[in-house]
Amino acid sequence: MLESVIYILTNIPLLMKGVWMAVQITVLSVLLGMVIGIAVAFLRIYGSKNMRRLVSFYEWVFRGIPQLVLLFIVYFGLPGIGINLSPFLCVVIGLGLCSSAYQAQIYRGAILSIGSEQMEAGLSLGLSKTRTLFYVILPQAVRLSLPGFTNEFTIVLKDSPLAYAVGIAEILKYGRDLIVSSFRPFEIYLAAALIYFVLFQLFYYLFKAIASRYQVPGYIISGE
Amino acid sequence: MSFFAVLPKYLPDLAHGLWLTIALTLIAAALGFLLSVPLVLALLYTKGIPRMLARLFITLVRGTPLLVQLFFIYYGIPALGIRIQPFNAALIGFILNSAAYQAEYLKGGFMAISSEQMEAAYSIGLSKWQAVRVVIFPQAFRFAIPALSNEIIYLVKYTSVAYVIQVPELLSQAKFFASDTFFHLQIYFLIGVVYLLLIWVVSKLSDMLEHKLHIPGFDIAHLR
Amino acid sequence: MPLVRIENISKSFGKNRVLDGITFDIEPGAVKVIIGPSGTGKSTLLRCINMLAPPDSGKIWLQDTEITAPHTDLIKIRQKIGMVFQHFALFKHLRAVDNVALGLHRVKKMNRSDAYEKAKQNLQKVGMQDHGDKYPAQLSGGQQQRVGIARALAMDPLLMLFDEPTSALDPELIGEVLMVMQKLALEGMTMVCVTHEMGFAKSVANEIIFMEGGHILEASPPAEMFNNPRNERTRSFLHKINELYGESK
Repeated sequence: MLESVIYILTNIPLLMKGVWMAVQITVLSVLLGMVIGIAVAFLRIYGSKNMRRLVSFYEWVFRGIPQLVLLFIVYFGLPGIGINLSPFLCVVIGLGLCSSAYQAQIYRGAILSIGSEQMEAGLSLGLSKTRTLFYVILPQAVRLSLPGFTNEFTIVLKDSPLAYAVGIAEILKYGRDLIVSSFRPFEIYLAAALIYFVLFQLFYYLFKAIASRYQVPGYIISGE
Repeated sequence: MSFFAVLPKYLPDLAHGLWLTIALTLIAAALGFLLSVPLVLALLYTKGIPRMLARLFITLVRGTPLLVQLFFIYYGIPALGIRIQPFNAALIGFILNSAAYQAEYLKGGFMAISSEQMEAAYSIGLSKWQAVRVVIFPQAFRFAIPALSNEIIYLVKYTSVAYVIQVPELLSQAKFFASDTFFHLQIYFLIGVVYLLLIWVVSKLSDMLEHKLHIPGFDIAHLR
Repeated sequence: MPLVRIENISKSFGKNRVLDGITFDIEPGAVKVIIGPSGTGKSTLLRCINMLAPPDSGKIWLQDTEITAPHTDLIKIRQKIGMVFQHFALFKHLRAVDNVALGLHRVKKMNRSDAYEKAKQNLQKVGMQDHGDKYPAQLSGGQQQRVGIARALAMDPLLMLFDEPTSALDPELIGEVLMVMQKLALEGMTMVCVTHEMGFAKSVANEIIFMEGGHILEASPPAEMFNNPRNERTRSFLHKINELYGESK
């Protein structure tokens, strides 16, 4: 038992390299998902009828397709039509596209729940439409989407080990390398799980702290 | 030879993979639900150790990536001298996951019920467990149907992760096909469509169930 | 012998002392109306009487059973005390008739057909016999509350507790519920009602209890209470109620 703990501790630096990779994948995928997600949310609300149909189909497809299948389409499929991307980029695109569909729903829900009266109130004060958007709508929309965003971030974090399937050196890969020489799969995968658990909690409480920092009475944004 | 010329030869394998995907989903959803009920009851209606254990289980399962859990079960546990087949390892992982997530959704359903319902049940002389069984649970379940059907959709998607621990499910069969024939893009695209179809069927079935169990006053829309 | 004896009960939620030494008796056939500002423990007092919220100290007897004693069979006790809730608290997944039959079938262990027969009789008593197949969401507030009364009555209680039964109702629906309660009182049911309906209190109650800050400040027959309140606080409360709800006949 003690021996196992010491073994894991001595190899923590190696596993930490994997942690850095997991964080990079997660953050970049979420950012890609955010950019596309915001665009999709706006198109779904303000777009023409055909555009709305198109983006809701987009949401349906990328919420439904398994991340791993999308990852394989990008990683194994695209080279067949002459597009060669690095494995890292493939993972970010795969996870990011899936996340964009979920994030679009979060932002759309937030924008819709603010209600048209807020925009009218802004205009009635003599603010322009853009100013109302920036000073009235956005500050509320950001607060309203924080719980959903936090949830989505942790989901992407939990999906990030799928990068293992295209050979990226993240926590599981380094773990596997260690097992080849030490034959201690039980301890190493347990340690991997614990590392992810700590990461998960870390980000969860980080976002919770951000949420409570910007808490305004009337918006429940730091809840479960 | 074209993609569609070689496809028929592999159809039986792909069909077998599809069957495993469906089996994994259904068994995990059903057994996960059975487990989720005692979990949520322990969480909400007990004190001390049962409640703590339920909380711990749900937090650990929801706080770690599925793939890491599967690695731990498939590669880690055999180191303790227990041999597990890939399919069974995946099944254990999926059941535990779906139990934890379904418990969380059910909890939401329970919380949507006002405390007066329990008081009213007590006031006509029902015991605590009678009240939970005949008054609270039937209502909580109806509130939770949309979330529970979402969980089945997640299960369909995430069964593809079982590929990584060599379960010959749909994605694995597609991978075999692709390595034999080099039609990567086509086959992953095709099974992507198959997954989307599966998910479409699940959401239609859940709409039907909701319709069948529908009672005036339980329109979910007003709750979310 | 009184039906219920309440002896010096107190209850706190956290630091908030909601009931502070309440003592009174309920004679068989009595109709007591509890009035007082909101947040003064009236609802909590009702919930002590059927032990939904057991008091921290003090004793309560139902006939010759001390129900506050440890290991009392509360399930037996609660069958003898009906309760009607502010927000009706009908079981929303069950039809009106199922709501009434549930306790008969599950608690009193009557067989299904007898339970439903009796449930229908009780719906008839509150004028809801034609709505038995409807779900709560399909009924108006007044109708839901009448079903709530039938549900409690079906258990043949010795005592009925009413927790602001009309305060969640639209004004035009209050009358139908008060009429059912009045009929019950005339039939000799023992009742304890928390309500702001002073007209009902005047015409039906044989004692009004004024509560404030967890204490009973005054308890007297309606004529005395309304015409000649002894306590300054009672006077100012009644004055405010009259302003809010209009002078009652």
